[in-house]
Amino acid sequence: MSSIGTGYDLSASQFSPDGRVFQVEYAQKAIENSGTAIGLRGKNGVVFAMEKLVTSKLYEPGANRRLFGIDRHIGMAVGGLLADARQIVETSRKESSNYRAEYGGDVPLRYLTDRVAGYIHAYTLYSAVRPFGCAVILGSQEPTGPSMYMIDPSGVYYGYKGCAIGKAKQAAKTEMEKLEFSNMNIRELVKEAAKM
Amino acid sequence: MSSNLSFDSFSTAIAGSHAGPKKLTQTPVTTGTSVLAVKFNGGVAFGADTLGSYGSLARFRNCERLLKINESTMIGCMGDYADFQHLKDIIEQMAIDDLCKDDNITLSPRSLHSWLTRVLYNKRSKMDPLWTTVVVGGIEKGEGFLGFVDKLGTAYKDPIIATGYGSMIATPLMRNAWRPDLTQAEAVKMVEDSMRVMFYRDARAFHKYHLGIVTADGCQIQGPLEVQPDWSIASLISGYE
Repeated sequence: MSSIGTGYDLSASQFSPDGRVFQVEYAQKAIENSGTAIGLRGKNGVVFAMEKLVTSKLYEPGANRRLFGIDRHIGMAVGGLLADARQIVETSRKESSNYRAEYGGDVPLRYLTDRVAGYIHAYTLYSAVRPFGCAVILGSQEPTGPSMYMIDPSGVYYGYKGCAIGKAKQAAKTEMEKLEFSNMNIRELVKEAAKM
Repeated sequence: MSSNLSFDSFSTAIAGSHAGPKKLTQTPVTTGTSVLAVKFNGGVAFGADTLGSYGSLARFRNCERLLKINESTMIGCMGDYADFQHLKDIIEQMAIDDLCKDDNITLSPRSLHSWLTRVLYNKRSKMDPLWTTVVVGGIEKGEGFLGFVDKLGTAYKDPIIATGYGSMIATPLMRNAWRPDLTQAEAVKMVEDSMRVMFYRDARAFHKYHLGIVTADGCQIQGPLEVQPDWSIASLISGYE
């Protein structure tokens, strides 16, 4: 489990003696307690699946939606603090729309991911703010093929064929490793996602 | 620029500080001619030719002047083509934002008509107009909707709308043939016939055009279609070789 970072865990602008930024690690903890979200990238698209945690029968159907559209060709799945995630969604939408206004076309996902990751990272540098308590998985279908990236609260991102965040991420990842992504189309992936 | 100095300083005062290039009352550069639209029982049909005129030069012969916004809304634009492209970028982004929110609330023809009226009126009130006349149409609450907004911000709704020369040449023809229970096929024929007359009579018209149709099943733009003109009476005209 996490060691007690006495004194070095009060703000994101401090390192601990062993070189960790505890606030960022605590942010990652927030995601581990949320419902699972998985992303699978096949040969003709990306499939997202979210675990729907129904905490109350009083909710309207469709409450607590964790999948967002960023642009015509980009979708985002989130895990962790939903309120933090909404800010990231808005920022991503603005970035995408600015790119379209300047360059007249769909923003390439790796460019958008880089910009959004830079934004998330900025919140890990100052004591005046706290890091985002959420991880996001971005997926898109572009002329060059489907793309999928995951950004965690530290601002680090990688491209993935399959990724998972949340409670059951370990179990989901184990299942994913058995799949041969490059050969599967999205219909097959939707079935696999449902099984997971 | 205008030689009347007092007029210049009047509009400068209204336009406010000069951040960016001075944009006072313009002259349109590349222009589109009339847009025709008719409401039928179950939707609306639009026609707009594909010519971008550069004054009297028929310069750009493949300009699409109809724009699909979503499955229930479409616009057609006449006037300065650059101003249309500017509006197109803004409205397309509004449509993308709608798509992303995915909350079953999308831009409707009535809302877009209202928004355009406000934008165009406010710009004209600052003496910095978008030199365009827009026809907005589509399906609003299950019925066809057709609205007009011009560069002054004048706006109205009618089952038959034509802009520019179309309002003088095509509107009387369309009004004679219109009935409230017009079918889609009749409406399309009405647009085709009117586009032919416009080509005969409007000196800035072109023989190729786009046809836009919005019904409860969705919105589609067909084209470029060609006007089939009939010049057979030409031989009756004395002096025509």
